[in-house]
Amino acid sequence: MSAVVNGAGKVVDFVDQRITASNWLKRNIRKAFPDHWSFLLGEIALFSFILLLLSGTFLALWFKPSMQEVMYDGAYANLRGIHMSEAFSSTLDISFEVRGGLLMRQVHHWAALVFLAAMSVHMLRNFFTGAFRKPRELNWIIGVILLVLGVAAGFTGYSLPDDLLSGTGLRIIEGGVLATPVVGTYLSFFIFGGEFPGDDAIARLYPLHILLIPGLILALVAAHLMILWYQKHTHWGGPGRSEKNVVGYPFFPIYVAKAGGFNFIVFGVIVLMAALIQINPVWLWGPYDPSLVSAGTQPDWYVGFLDGALRAMPNWETRLFGFTLSWNVLIPSAIVPTLILGALFLYPFIEQWVTGDRREHHMLDRPRNQPVRTGIGVAFITFYILLWIAGGNDFFATILDIPLNWITWFVRAGVIVLPPVVFWVTKRICLGLQRRDREKVLHGRESGVIMVSPEGEFSEVHAPIPQEDAFELTHHRRQVPVALEPEIDENGIPAPRRRVERVRAGLSSFYFGDVVQKPTVRELEAASHDGHAAITEGDGHAGGERSEIGTGHP
Amino acid sequence: MSEYGGRHGGDVERPEPTGPPVRETVDEPIPDPGLPGHEPRLTDTDPVIERRAERQVAGMFGLASLLMIGFIVAFWIFPIDDGDAVEAVRDSNLALGLTLGGALFLIGAGAIHWAKKLMSSPEVIHERHELRSTDDVRAASLSDFELGTEESGFGRRKLIRNSLIGAMVLLPLPAVVILRDLGPLPGNRKAQTLWGPDVQVLRDGSFQPLRPADLEIGSLVNAMPATFEDLPEEGPERINERAKSPIIVVRMRPGEITPAEGRENWSVDGILAYSKICTHVGCPINLYEQNTHHLLCPCHQSTFDLADNGKAVFGPAARNLPQLPLMVDDEGYLAAQSDFTESVGPSYWERG
Repeated sequence: MSAVVNGAGKVVDFVDQRITASNWLKRNIRKAFPDHWSFLLGEIALFSFILLLLSGTFLALWFKPSMQEVMYDGAYANLRGIHMSEAFSSTLDISFEVRGGLLMRQVHHWAALVFLAAMSVHMLRNFFTGAFRKPRELNWIIGVILLVLGVAAGFTGYSLPDDLLSGTGLRIIEGGVLATPVVGTYLSFFIFGGEFPGDDAIARLYPLHILLIPGLILALVAAHLMILWYQKHTHWGGPGRSEKNVVGYPFFPIYVAKAGGFNFIVFGVIVLMAALIQINPVWLWGPYDPSLVSAGTQPDWYVGFLDGALRAMPNWETRLFGFTLSWNVLIPSAIVPTLILGALFLYPFIEQWVTGDRREHHMLDRPRNQPVRTGIGVAFITFYILLWIAGGNDFFATILDIPLNWITWFVRAGVIVLPPVVFWVTKRICLGLQRRDREKVLHGRESGVIMVSPEGEFSEVHAPIPQEDAFELTHHRRQVPVALEPEIDENGIPAPRRRVERVRAGLSSFYFGDVVQKPTVRELEAASHDGHAAITEGDGHAGGERSEIGTGHP
Repeated sequence: MSEYGGRHGGDVERPEPTGPPVRETVDEPIPDPGLPGHEPRLTDTDPVIERRAERQVAGMFGLASLLMIGFIVAFWIFPIDDGDAVEAVRDSNLALGLTLGGALFLIGAGAIHWAKKLMSSPEVIHERHELRSTDDVRAASLSDFELGTEESGFGRRKLIRNSLIGAMVLLPLPAVVILRDLGPLPGNRKAQTLWGPDVQVLRDGSFQPLRPADLEIGSLVNAMPATFEDLPEEGPERINERAKSPIIVVRMRPGEITPAEGRENWSVDGILAYSKICTHVGCPINLYEQNTHHLLCPCHQSTFDLADNGKAVFGPAARNLPQLPLMVDDEGYLAAQSDFTESVGPSYWERG
């Protein structure tokens, strides 16, 4: 073994002699990470979370999580002499008496909004590209839990300053807790230490917000990244790429510089937002008073769909044997979120069962090649956006100058009618795109040049496409519905679990029944003989010659 | 971490393009043309451009340093403890945020520019390997587990096993019971407010009693019970009652009111009082439309008709707004005849 002398080498030598670090480094330091803009979404979530930890620690140095009533006597003249909780008064002090305090408050709030937005879009990216498929189901589930924890962190934080908005948010939560069958009133009294709002809530939310929830998020983020690292990142199909390899740039130095740099860019952009765009000016809302509320109050964006569900829900309530079941609160605040979460947790397994596909998948799907999955995703987005619109119904009524009740009725009907319509439209668009891909492979691309034959026939010239492009367009696995075993096999034995299998075959043909398949070799050859096929051989090899496979005849 | 398996054995960096592409199966119409060749960047071929990129990266890092010094300067030259607090804090926030945000952004942009223009790493290809262990290893780990189970006697010693399961089932109970003192039991508290016979109606804010003549037709006044004044300054009682006992008092033409049976004498010359707490999830209601007598909750837009016994006419609220029976007391002030005849605020299980 050669002696290691220089600085970095000394550190490696020290660590290696104790925990065999070189072994691990050798295998991992040049790990390949593929490049694509959509792979940055998860990074935005990670880096905004780090910024939340940093700015949150700063705020915790001054914040007092107490509902003890004090008379404000600080720098903000308009509220001097007003009675308020210590939590609110210390929030004012952070804003007005600590230099950089307002900046950190705004950084913390903006980072929270960016964190949840990045997680949500990251999740959509993983859904639409099928990155949740085997072997990545575990990371999908961890991701769903992280999203829930993120919302919990956001909401507990929203409640801490004890301003008018945060108190109103807490009151709505109390309404949801009260609607819990049988134990609702007890739960509410235990959470608030008696009647709402009491003087315990903030001291109780504080340890959840600064210790328990971020601790869980941190642990799960670590697990998420370790699994990602171990399984290697997914990549898009294309020349030289396959299910058996990963093509990308080495972790060190490229990704250390790129991801490390991106970390600072995310920090920088959020700090610039905090410098330029005001968020949650609590001194304008004033301290919480349960008998006050201002019109046009809105929750943070990630709670908007729940608030919208509360607004749009018809006023159903059941009274039986002297007990009350408030469906008008239970359905939007408990049942709908539970169903959404259940669907998110189970989707990878449902799709795996329906498609019978238990292979490992490391190449991402182009959304068009999964028309049903893409349709389901867009239908869900439609459902979510409708609830979100309901959450801002007063805002939309004002800017569109229409009665508010119209929007409520539109959303009530829309959440039932629009998702299936959008599903169907999305699926048709996907099938159309698939058909176009197939045509391109078989006949080349449309050149826009119209030719007239001597017989007077008009036709468009199809130009050849490079082999790289054609390969990319056909680089996905062929998908066919699972076939139903015959009811009674040749030996006269009835097939087991017949009914379940029938459901599965039905769902499978729903998924893949009308998928437009990529051309087969035979189809391609047939098109080529017709003089329609048009693919130029790749220039992928350095210095390789570009030769045409087919001709560009019309 | 060394468990991460020697799975990268076959990794290669930037291999020469392999020979003629092979069709994987007969079903794959287009053969893989192989990874495209490495295209040199301008910074790889032109030393002038390379030096310019180098200067750009160093320039960004340098500017970041200047901005951080700017941050330190701004920290002191923008005091926030004199003059108008809002203006001072606005200036300080802008100066600190722009310098710090700019510095962070430039550090990031410089690092990425460096990676993209100057770092010379080629693309690498790593082989993937199926994640499942080999059959031998799986069988060996399973038999190790079975051996451990056998050695522990967990399956054989049923008495130990069952008593352990029993103890584990009871384990959550102390954890739940110890939380008992989080709050008192609700009792009947949700059904009661500060209102009661002869409790005067005080205008909120000024806390002065109201005479019927103080209210014009079409007006709305927020009010609290006179008993609120007796509550202790310390403790949560005052804020709790502000979450439960506030009312709104409105006056309309007596002919416009359609009282339900038994409520004919709950109003005084067209003056009616209702709970201010929405029956949906408890927001304080405050948007009143005089000519329709509709009261709208700003949180979720439940709408109540005050001329028609507080009936829920639109939105998610299922219950009518509870009405407080009003009268004029001996001194000529508005007062309650009794407490509310039903619970105010959101519905709950025992409410009935």
